[in-house]
Amino acid sequence: MNRILRAALMLLAVSAMPLVAQTTPTPSPIQAPIQALLQEHRETIEKSSRRSIQPAIDAIRDSGLPAAKLVLEKWGARDMWQRKSDGLFFYVEEVAGSDLTLFDFADSTQIGNLPKSDFKQIKPNSGIQGLIALSLVKFQLSDPDPARRGAALDALARIGEAAQLPALRASIDSEPDPALKSRKQRLERLMTIRFGETDAERIAAIRHFAGDLGVDVRGALNPITATTRRAAPGSVPPQDMNVARILRPGGEALSRTEAYDLLIAAGLAPARLTIADQRAALIANINAGSSGGVAVSALDDPAARDRAYAGLVVAGLAPAAATGTEIDAALAAHVFFDTFAEPARPVTDAAQETLRSIELKVGINQSLDLALDALSLASIYFLAAIGLAITFGVMGVINMAHGEFIMMGAYTGYVVQQVIPDYTLSLIVAIPCAFAVTFAAGVAMERLVIRWLYARPLETLLATFGISIALQQLAKNIFGTQARPLTSPAWLDGQMVINDVVSISYIRIAIFVLALIFLGFFLFLMKKTRLGLETRAVTQNPKMAASMGINPDRVNMLTFGLGSGIAGIAGVAIGLYAKVTSELGADYIVQSFMTVVVGGVGNIWGTLLGATMIGFLQKGIEWFNPSNTLAAQTYMIVFIIIFIQFRPRGIIALKGRAAGD
Amino acid sequence: MRQSFIFRNPSLLIFLACLAGFTLAITLLSHAYGSAFISTSFVKTLGKTLCLCLVAIAMDLVWGYCGILSLGHFAFFGLGGYMIGMWLMYARTELIIVQSLANAPIPATPQELRDAIGTQIFGVVGSADFPAIWMFAHSFWAQMALVVLVPGLLALVFGWLAFRSRVTGVYLSILTQAMTLALSLYLFQNESGLRGNNGLSGLQNLPGVTASQDFISIWFLWASALALGLGYLLAAWVVSGKFGSVVRGIRDDEARVRFLGYSVEGYKLFIFTLTAIIAAIAGALYYPQAGIINPGEVAPIASIYLAVWVAIGGRGRLYGAVIGAALVSLVSTWFTGGLVPSIRLGFYTIDWVDWWLVLLGLSFVLVTLFAPKGIGGLVDLIAGRLVPNRHGADYGPDTGSLQESEGRE
Amino acid sequence: MSNLLEVSGVSVTFDGFRAINNLSFQIGSAEMRAIIGPNGAGKTTFMDIVTGKTRPDSGKVLWGEKTQNLLKMSEARIAQAGIGRKFQRPTVFEDQSVRDNLMMALQNPRAPVPVLFWRPARKDSTRVEALAEQIGLADALARKSGELSHGQKQWLEIGMLLAQEPRLLLVDEPAAGMTLAEREHTTDLLKEAAKSRAVVVVEHDMEFVRRLECKVTVLHEGSVLAEGSLDHVTANQEVIDVYLGR
Repeated sequence: MNRILRAALMLLAVSAMPLVAQTTPTPSPIQAPIQALLQEHRETIEKSSRRSIQPAIDAIRDSGLPAAKLVLEKWGARDMWQRKSDGLFFYVEEVAGSDLTLFDFADSTQIGNLPKSDFKQIKPNSGIQGLIALSLVKFQLSDPDPARRGAALDALARIGEAAQLPALRASIDSEPDPALKSRKQRLERLMTIRFGETDAERIAAIRHFAGDLGVDVRGALNPITATTRRAAPGSVPPQDMNVARILRPGGEALSRTEAYDLLIAAGLAPARLTIADQRAALIANINAGSSGGVAVSALDDPAARDRAYAGLVVAGLAPAAATGTEIDAALAAHVFFDTFAEPARPVTDAAQETLRSIELKVGINQSLDLALDALSLASIYFLAAIGLAITFGVMGVINMAHGEFIMMGAYTGYVVQQVIPDYTLSLIVAIPCAFAVTFAAGVAMERLVIRWLYARPLETLLATFGISIALQQLAKNIFGTQARPLTSPAWLDGQMVINDVVSISYIRIAIFVLALIFLGFFLFLMKKTRLGLETRAVTQNPKMAASMGINPDRVNMLTFGLGSGIAGIAGVAIGLYAKVTSELGADYIVQSFMTVVVGGVGNIWGTLLGATMIGFLQKGIEWFNPSNTLAAQTYMIVFIIIFIQFRPRGIIALKGRAAGD
Repeated sequence: MRQSFIFRNPSLLIFLACLAGFTLAITLLSHAYGSAFISTSFVKTLGKTLCLCLVAIAMDLVWGYCGILSLGHFAFFGLGGYMIGMWLMYARTELIIVQSLANAPIPATPQELRDAIGTQIFGVVGSADFPAIWMFAHSFWAQMALVVLVPGLLALVFGWLAFRSRVTGVYLSILTQAMTLALSLYLFQNESGLRGNNGLSGLQNLPGVTASQDFISIWFLWASALALGLGYLLAAWVVSGKFGSVVRGIRDDEARVRFLGYSVEGYKLFIFTLTAIIAAIAGALYYPQAGIINPGEVAPIASIYLAVWVAIGGRGRLYGAVIGAALVSLVSTWFTGGLVPSIRLGFYTIDWVDWWLVLLGLSFVLVTLFAPKGIGGLVDLIAGRLVPNRHGADYGPDTGSLQESEGRE
Repeated sequence: MSNLLEVSGVSVTFDGFRAINNLSFQIGSAEMRAIIGPNGAGKTTFMDIVTGKTRPDSGKVLWGEKTQNLLKMSEARIAQAGIGRKFQRPTVFEDQSVRDNLMMALQNPRAPVPVLFWRPARKDSTRVEALAEQIGLADALARKSGELSHGQKQWLEIGMLLAQEPRLLLVDEPAAGMTLAEREHTTDLLKEAAKSRAVVVVEHDMEFVRRLECKVTVLHEGSVLAEGSLDHVTANQEVIDVYLGR
């Protein structure tokens, strides 16, 4: 009764709309066509069920009414309310206490503040919200705001459905932004792969992407080429399936056990007897100290258990288990094959072909990415080792506390950041600070300890180790054991993306550049400056150098300080990349020494080569077994030990009598 | 003219007497056999210290006598511990499993037994299968042989590679350190088959022994003392005589020894492998007393500490290594155990648990700088006062009077 | 007379510098030979090659009646084959007694395990005492060799060489830093040794070489410049040029 009345009312409202709307804008929104449409679907909207809501959403979306988009937006945002008295829908801007500020959908005019108790909120669940959002895509694709168009494309790429394809295609031509236009075109091709109506259309779309590196392309193609393993009676697979390949049980791809498991899972063959089942059956049938005719105490032998179970089967107490010959027969009577989920053969062929072309390119690019990774690892090792290249390589001093100088540099960076909150500025301040701190520490250490031990290298090793454990514990006492953050400035965040496969973070680029700068600095210092000349003179023959007016004490002190200072700067760089803890330096010390030794002591190019070799080697080993970086490090060290067999003096070795003893 | 080996080394007798007296005293003060004056955990600490003294002797042989600063001997120590730990863990788990399966309605097959043990041991690393390296874990004797064979072979192969390529001095030290790092990183992986960073645990329980820890700890103390005594004797015998001369010659001038016709590499390899085996035996006695072993024990820093002990005690003399290891490890236990009262400075309280490593590091620097002979150097000072070293000169004014060498007898 | 040591066509290059250039040299089994030459003539490098310390780039070094190829042997094997070497600086084991130093050099098995179980027999002690007598250190057997004077260390090293009982002695500047009396003693020792074995002495000091009364080989820029008696070579114009400069 009520329904008929309402329908009649609505008809009336629709026919009288223009007139009434003009004369009385408020409070009679019922006449507006959008309201009529809503009323038409009132029941489904009120019911709010994900299963039945689609026609209502579609009707609004396709109505062509200017307010349709507004309705969908407000509905999806749970801002649509319904008047209890007459069932009309409004949207609400603001809920102030017990009052609602109501607006009319048709012309967005304010209706006024009305008590909340007269209205009911329409609460679409998240499923419905998703559907609404999807239907909004159509509007958003031609939204004047480019950001919203971009967001709509994102939504489509994530949860797009066949229904949106026409809307997407329609919006391409009118797209003014060239970047968005190309995205739309790409998405259209991708969606055509999935939802295209004819195979030809889809194959064309698939071929379009030959050699494309995008993750999205592989995401679209992989489901097409995904296979499921099946078994079927007979010797040929069923005609209606798109068979990728037929497998022979016992072959490399399919063992006999797996094949039989497939049959069991498909219900095509009886289950095998598992050890647990056999045991359970034997236990269940223990009778007066024996089971299946075998004494319980003898059942610790698999053969005895088989005999006992056979006894149970004969007595009818247990189901017969599949025997070897039965399994053979079952395997022979079935065919095993992989099928594509996609039924159309030409589509799967095209997809496989395109994927192959992509894989080749991906492989090349992955090697490139790996090389970039290795290069950045190499620059980190080089940074960590360059200070050592000076103290160990040039001066011949083993400084086990070198790692702790790196740590001190990193902590200096952290402290500076606590004082200066601006990350860029603090980084600029931190680098000279770190240099100053570790330079001072290095000079102090050289003056107090190392200079007394120049003739006793092994004891230098031990004394500096003592300093190393003291410094490490000191850092723990001051800064605690948890990792301290050393935050990089915003312009170092993120990464340079070359394509979907190759990318490198800016911080790694910065470290690489820093390594190059240090290399240049070192070369300049050693070859072009007075200090470099004096250092080389002192390290080669301290007495001779002293007699020529060089003060070896001063030169040693400065050189050692310099090596330590560079370690401090390296510490800031490494701190940006890794966590700052008191063990930071210890993690690098062995690798740093390796770098110098492998490269050849006393030669900066050797250190560079050593770092490159170790970096590439480690990444290369990691590539074979990506889940296990520990194993990669282990194998790398073993490799280095073997490498030293063949070049005991490193890659670049000094020859002749100068290298002797 | 020819005297017996022991009488030519008077310090040996003193050492053995001290060791025997110490063992007897601890036994009489223990819960198990005496007045219960010392707690069982302290007996274990002392037993462990004896093992550390033994590995320090090994270190002294290889570094103090042969001049190879090996930063890898604690890795051999740890490997010995792992080898014995495998048997202890397997045998004990087997007992527990057999006991729990005894109540099952039907007896277990060998395969079921093995699977149950595997699940029990390797459950923590998400596996139930026995890795191949556990092949001999069920056999006590096989595993005991592995205690010696595995570290011995590793030392032999590594030493052969390193010495053959004439890597010496600090390069060799770095290389041994790298070996230790590689080994500890390898053990840290779950795939190593030795329970990754969980290590092996429950080693203090001897399978099939029902005696309480009070007794077990004393037995291990005896075993450790015996091993230390024998190790000391062996080391003293090795370095006496011509072999010792050659080895010390290698330390002082390797090339000269080579031109005398001795194959330096062979000697180094011999010493390196022998000491690795001694270290492994010490480890095999240490870890059942510690109860647990994990890859952290094998980390490079442990081997450096070993060098620190020997340096503090005084290298190139066996008792120096023993004194250093015992002193530093006991003092370290004392400090890190929170037994030393904190120092209140008003604005800051020095808590020795935190500051002990700083103190140790700095005192180590001081010893290196000012007392390169270590604590053993004190013995020289005292002995020098008692019997001045006259370098073969006469004791008296007359020619034909007593020579120093005769005066010593 | 067959040659004990035959070096032929040996060359060594260090970083582009030719230390030895196509050198050939022979010595018989009981012969004394002095090698002289200016600094950098390759005297020490020549010894390094014969004792296996340096591997030449090309050439042959053959040894003994069986003409063994020394280039394929390690230093220790070469020493065991019967080539003893005395270094320029006296290198003795300063931390050990004179007796230990000599014992170590005595000709006995050199492999680690036999050495481990080796204990001195009476004949070894007698031999050591005889050697000590010969080098004038009989009173110093129990002393640490580090306490000896420079000249005594040189003698000890020669004593160690003799203890090895080598068939060829390579002696690098034995008289450096010795007093006149000590030099005479050294000359006697070397002459005595050369009666039963080959001795090669590298020396700068012409007086000392003259006293050795032997054949002289002059090296220059890595090859043999002249060979013959001392008077013969000192009369050679080329040798004079090399020593005095052109």
